Amino acid sequence: MSKKALSVEPQPTPPVHIDLAAHPITMRLDGGLLAYLSKVAAVFAKDVRAELRGREIFTTMTAFGVLAVLIFGMAFDLRVPRSEMIAPGVLWGVVLFAGVLGLNRSFGAEVDRGTLPSLLLAPVDRSAIYFGKLFANLFFTLATAVVILVVMFFIFDLNLFQPYNLLAVLLGVTGYVGVGTLFAALTANNRARESMLPILLLPVMVPVFVAGVALTAGVLDGKAWEELNQWFGILAAFDAIFIVVAFLLFDLIWEDA
Amino acid sequence: MSENGLIVARNIVKRYGRKRVLNGVEMCVPQGQVMALLGPNGAGKSTLLRIISGLTKPDRGEVLLGGVSTRKAGHEIRRYIGLVAHAPLLYDNLSAWDNLHFFARLYDIQQPAARVEAVLRAVDLWARRYDPVRTFSRGMTQRLAIGRAILHDPPVLLLDEPDTGLDPASAETLAQLIRVLGSGRRAILLTTHNLERALAWADSISLLADGKIIWSASTEGLTTERLQQAMIGLGINRFHPS
Repeated sequence: MSKKALSVEPQPTPPVHIDLAAHPITMRLDGGLLAYLSKVAAVFAKDVRAELRGREIFTTMTAFGVLAVLIFGMAFDLRVPRSEMIAPGVLWGVVLFAGVLGLNRSFGAEVDRGTLPSLLLAPVDRSAIYFGKLFANLFFTLATAVVILVVMFFIFDLNLFQPYNLLAVLLGVTGYVGVGTLFAALTANNRARESMLPILLLPVMVPVFVAGVALTAGVLDGKAWEELNQWFGILAAFDAIFIVVAFLLFDLIWEDA
Repeated sequence: MSENGLIVARNIVKRYGRKRVLNGVEMCVPQGQVMALLGPNGAGKSTLLRIISGLTKPDRGEVLLGGVSTRKAGHEIRRYIGLVAHAPLLYDNLSAWDNLHFFARLYDIQQPAARVEAVLRAVDLWARRYDPVRTFSRGMTQRLAIGRAILHDPPVLLLDEPDTGLDPASAETLAQLIRVLGSGRRAILLTTHNLERALAWADSISLLADGKIIWSASTEGLTTERLQQAMIGLGINRFHPS
């Protein structure tokens, strides 16, 4: 190669043509429920799309869940006569611990990538961000729970795809991610958030865990609705109370983001 | 202090622990003006921009945008602010199109696709619209960050060291963008460590030191040498690393 070929001539910068006036902007300012829901949907869709591209949350939660069920399967196989005795505890324990992994990334990824201010700068009621994140976490955690149920079917030879158990998982996971999304936002800026989140979250989850285990055990024991409905009531009340509390408190978290 | 500016800061005080970062900042940027905010590292330039944008609350004082106090206004006031921060505020695993389309939905922009296309063409990233942001160069990412900030056509544009890490060609493109954006109905407040660029880009310059604006001047007739002399005279001699 000749020396001439190595020399780099400075290239003139092409002029910038900004013709945004040709596309006048129109913003809907009237707000309303539809606008609010549209923003919730936008945050949800963004999180799901980012997960499809990055495979960061669901993959981690599922891998952990499958491994945990396998380990519990091997650990109890030699000592427990009937798998129905341990399956409820395994299911809810694994769902809660796998869920923490996803919840940590919910706002943690926004902080790590420096994108949180862009969400907070948007002219939206911040509860819309909360609900968008909540639905995304619900989607990932329920999908993980389904995978865990499939793995438990093979490892413990138990069919947990029964309507009452599925309803228990839906209600339990809803309450879990409802509180978890709030706590994930609270701990997002903390350097020790990976350990801080479960320490804060899991004690609050005791009612969900107890009711979930009781419901799964009741379903496996073949109990009727009348014997299960008080546990469903506890889960439904927990969901309603904590999601309303989170909705009211969420804006206060970002006083100084 | 004029109250007619598009961006007005009144007696802004901000403490972090026992350190008083801002100590009664007064500032006014009129419509159609670009103001460069200069100051040593740690002077509080980024903190001031975060306070004006509403990301950080001041301990005392208030910010008026178009005469409206950000403290009293609801979340709709954020519609009038565009911020380019140190970080690009973009999702690196999403494409340029996905990023802008997401923000267009958050800002309630009607016909978001047309607006996103217009902005991507304006910042010369239309050809790369489906590429993930993580594959972009620093200059391209910064152009997209500016595209995100102007997507909703905000009258107030805050640029926090937008030229950091840019090569000369990208810096020139950025300069052209600022010239075009600042010539209209907007007020632009930017910070930079480069005196030459501050003089070339801005209509006025303010120096922030010891938590206050200690000096302000129009850039008309101002040279780098005179600006440096003014800074040395004010005791700011650790401003420019080079």
